[in-house]
Amino acid sequence: MEQEFFILLAFVATGTGLLVVVAKNPIHSALSLAACFVQIAALFVLLGSPFLAVIQIFVYVGAVMVLFLFVIMMLDVRKEARTRFIKKGAVPTFFVLLALAVEFYFLLAHSNRLHAVMAPQQLILDEPIKQLSLTLFRDFLLPFEMASVILLVALIGAVVLARSDESRKQKQQTTEEEAP
Amino acid sequence: MIPISWYLLLGAILFIIGAAGVLLRRNVLIVLMSLELMLNSVNINLIAFGYEMNDPRGQIMAIFIIAITAAEVAIALGILVALLRNKQTLEVDDLNIMKG
Repeated sequence: MEQEFFILLAFVATGTGLLVVVAKNPIHSALSLAACFVQIAALFVLLGSPFLAVIQIFVYVGAVMVLFLFVIMMLDVRKEARTRFIKKGAVPTFFVLLALAVEFYFLLAHSNRLHAVMAPQQLILDEPIKQLSLTLFRDFLLPFEMASVILLVALIGAVVLARSDESRKQKQQTTEEEAP
Repeated sequence: MIPISWYLLLGAILFIIGAAGVLLRRNVLIVLMSLELMLNSVNINLIAFGYEMNDPRGQIMAIFIIAITAAEVAIALGILVALLRNKQTLEVDDLNIMKG
């Protein structure tokens, strides 16, 4: 039963992921990326980490994709829909992607070290969310605090970057008026 | 019981799709969204390994990746809005102020 669910979710995730790249309209890309994130959240539930699934939906679908949609709506995307999809110099790009795919294939199929790492272990965690929070707030407290500082810096930086320079223009105008 | 290699394969496929989006598309917004897709495929790998090895540290790395990604998206879209105010283009090839 789990395997059927995995196959369903994986196919939908791959399809919507392809649609992100293939779609001409950025709004279609954003919506299909949101669908892909929901599928990945469901995969996290299958992987026994429901907390991460909830965080995925909150942060990615709720915050990041809505932010993307707001920015897309602020811009004029109709002009974008007419531009050519694949430019002329795309042949080396396909070679890079092919090399990446072959590399992943050999890593997953023929790497002894990876298979040694993947040997199953026996201990079973009880109360996974409790274990997660204990590890996060005991062993990883410093990175946690640093992440909060990074988020604060990103908040201030985004506000400063996206602020309109009305105040600067007004200041320039006043100095120009005062000068003569 | 799902073998972990399925998750790793899905992560690899999504990563390659995201890399294709970054390399092929010229629209800044779609490049950013493809980056999100690549980060998510990495998250799938981390959580799959954490699940397989019964170790909560995989999930913790994924939490940090999600937090840093949120910060990155906020900064990137702020830069994008500030850039579009000065230069009316969304094409990556036209954004060559830094002579890169």
